[in-house]
Amino acid sequence: MAEEVKIPPKVPKGVPFPDELAKIDYTPPGTVWMNTPVKFKQGFWCYGSKAKNLETVDFPNPRQWLPADEDWKLPENWQEIVLKGFKERLDKYRSFKVFMDICVRCGACADKCHFFIGSGDPKNMPVVRAELLRSVYRGNFTKAGKILGKLAGARELTYSVLKEWWYYFFQCTECRRCSVFCPYGIDTAEITMMARELLNLLGLNTDWISGPAANCYMKGNHLGLEPHAITGNIEYMLDDIESITGIRIKPTFNRKGAEILFVTPSGDLFADPGTFTAMGYLILFHELGLDYTWSTYASEGGNFGFFTSMELAKRLNSKIYAEAKRLGVKWILGGECGHMWRVINQYMDTWNGPADFLQAPKSPITGTVFENARATKMVHIAEFTADLIKHGKLKLDPRRNDYLKVTFHDSCNTSRGMGILEEPRYIIKNVCSHFYEMDENTIREKTFCCGSGSGLNASENMELRMRGGLPRANAVKDVVEKYGVNMLANICAIDRAALPPLMDYWVPGVGVTGVHELVANALVMKGEKERTTNLRGQPLPGVVETGEDRRKREDRRKGRLEAKKEEG
Amino acid sequence: MNALLSLVAVIALVLIAFIGIKIANLHFLFGVVIPYAAIATFLIGVIYRAVKWGRTPVPFRIPTTCGQQKSLPWIKQAKLDNPSSTSGVIGRMLLEVFLFRSLFSNTKFELKEGPKIAYGSTKWLWLGGLAFHWSFFVVLVRHIRLFTEPVPSFLHSIEVLDGFLQVGVPGVLISGVVLLLAVTYLFLRRVFIPEVRYISLAADYFPLFLIMSVALSGILMRYFLRVDLVSIKELTIGLASFSVAVSLEKISVIFYIHLFLVSTLFAYIPFSKIMHLGGVFLSPTRNLANNSRMERHINPWNYPVKVHTYEEYEDDFREKMKDAGIPVEKE
Repeated sequence: MAEEVKIPPKVPKGVPFPDELAKIDYTPPGTVWMNTPVKFKQGFWCYGSKAKNLETVDFPNPRQWLPADEDWKLPENWQEIVLKGFKERLDKYRSFKVFMDICVRCGACADKCHFFIGSGDPKNMPVVRAELLRSVYRGNFTKAGKILGKLAGARELTYSVLKEWWYYFFQCTECRRCSVFCPYGIDTAEITMMARELLNLLGLNTDWISGPAANCYMKGNHLGLEPHAITGNIEYMLDDIESITGIRIKPTFNRKGAEILFVTPSGDLFADPGTFTAMGYLILFHELGLDYTWSTYASEGGNFGFFTSMELAKRLNSKIYAEAKRLGVKWILGGECGHMWRVINQYMDTWNGPADFLQAPKSPITGTVFENARATKMVHIAEFTADLIKHGKLKLDPRRNDYLKVTFHDSCNTSRGMGILEEPRYIIKNVCSHFYEMDENTIREKTFCCGSGSGLNASENMELRMRGGLPRANAVKDVVEKYGVNMLANICAIDRAALPPLMDYWVPGVGVTGVHELVANALVMKGEKERTTNLRGQPLPGVVETGEDRRKREDRRKGRLEAKKEEG
Repeated sequence: MNALLSLVAVIALVLIAFIGIKIANLHFLFGVVIPYAAIATFLIGVIYRAVKWGRTPVPFRIPTTCGQQKSLPWIKQAKLDNPSSTSGVIGRMLLEVFLFRSLFSNTKFELKEGPKIAYGSTKWLWLGGLAFHWSFFVVLVRHIRLFTEPVPSFLHSIEVLDGFLQVGVPGVLISGVVLLLAVTYLFLRRVFIPEVRYISLAADYFPLFLIMSVALSGILMRYFLRVDLVSIKELTIGLASFSVAVSLEKISVIFYIHLFLVSTLFAYIPFSKIMHLGGVFLSPTRNLANNSRMERHINPWNYPVKVHTYEEYEDDFREKMKDAGIPVEKE
């Protein structure tokens, strides 16, 4: 056996080395949490939203501000605004009201949060995160709290409390893992969403969220890709696909009369390895001869509005149905994305439906009617592809993926806000020969977040992300040691952006892939040339890459990067 | 500190009842007025809270899905953990309410050298919680005998089961003992598990001490201090039928202490976290089916929002779209 080469970890700037970071003290401090004011730690928070991004979506209090500043430039009556907003939301959401009232602080959730496991900060225990809000609720909206004050766990809304809210509600990825274990189903995601709405009433967002949200509002996608940039980026992918398979694919954009509108997170059009997933979609749809179109207007499946306020989420989401209606498609197919699917599954139809101008989704290839999507009219691509494979409609050669030992990371939202667990696994098992599950306490409904969800995938909070991703990375490390796993598959664009640096830090040597990249690599296309590389342009095992091929591959990559720089 | 304050509060309650009976002779107040007031507060308070919850809309269908969704016919759905129908939801709720299913799946983690995180199942909280709630329930049901004449027959069978140990005179009823042990466990874990101590408020210790004192006074009365059972039953039947005609002085003080503690507990419920017993039924992450892609869910306060329309978008990018060969509405 060859000597194992140990790859050194890639440590982001300002982040301690993994060995150092893993020394975590879980002993809570002696001081009572309510009397311990928040201290902002570098690497744990994101920059504040820029004025222009708030203005774009007509949000209050646009201004230049820094979270580290003493003065956050709030309106005079900020307390009144927050308390009014609080009351309004208590009256509008039973979830919020009930979750404010019924927690018994049993502590079952305490160690279920990846941020608590990774940081040891007791305010990252879901129960305390919620108590940050509950204490103010009790102080202002309950009899016991008004009379007994601190004895009843009540406190006033002070500047310091507001800052604590901001710091900790942007340290929650709304992953809902705690709500699985809570005997009453109290969902911290729900509480964080309400808290973020309240913060947004004062213009207190992070720019990593408000920037993409503003982009999405004006340009149709988080990355702010204008129409020609979308077609341009896809053009690059088509070049790559042609050189790999010998087949030139010609997708259409904003085409009226197509049968299916395809919507996927824009991250897949922009950066590796998401782009390889997008290439996977293109290849699959071409091979099926699918009558579908991309849209540049509804060019975002994800929804950073969802990390801001329900209203903004609805405003961004509206484009999907509006575009489906304008183009006259029959139904909508959605790509691999996490929170996008929580939104589609639990919110879209309620916000922007009924989609009575569409038809119940029916696979034109297999004839399967997707009964589970008969109201929203939107099908998850993993459902679509699993159905194709089940009906034997794809010619697959899983041996092409034999050099991969794959494990699957369930995304928070698709597992706990939808339950799409078997479909991706079925697909992976059909396109790969080597598949291994991680520890059962870290997958399916108990899956751990990548540490960067709900708009926390910025670069200034890298330490937080590496800490929050520790439980996930550690479970990957376990299957690396046990089975030699070298590829982490997922169905989420944020995962594809967030997991590579996480792996490089905690488990160097493990790659990250979307499921449809694996599909396209195994898919035998009609009339394709013999494949010598995978979609990443890396030579398949047993194939020696010629110098010319390598040069071509590197040139293409360079060209793509430069084009991006120009756009950007 | 929170624990100490709560303990002091409960001791004060005991003293109030003791002084009220022994020194101030306020038998009618403690035997009749306070129990009625407590029950009234309990009923009105609980109904008020429940109605307030019930009236708050459920704008979105947000179940926490803990298993495979219903999708393609050949994929097995987790019908209880990810229900798509009412029957599934009812099953999920029953298991949750009666068996604390979510707590059953509780885990604990340990960060070892490496780093290596290990997860293990932990059932103590589940067991303690289950023992506490069920024994409390049985104790409550047993007390029905004080308010009925003749005593319904199902109570006899419960008592036979409850006294299956067949030791002691009067025979030891297991429910009371389990209740005291369980509530003590719940208290000790609050004190000794650092995370749980960190999150515990006075409002967490107080009900534990209160229930502990209720159980203790009840056990004292049943097994150790002689009380006039006939008079007590006359009083309780009288209370239930709104016609109290017993000489209240005949009943010993321990009964009044017990009754005062129980009254405090009942009156306290609507203002406290004990309302979780009603709230769990209304929790939208548990009591809704995951079927919002199949059936439309209506938000009663859904309102129109400002959107960036396609027309506006095309106006912004028309030339770029045309250059890129993307079809446009207006040339």
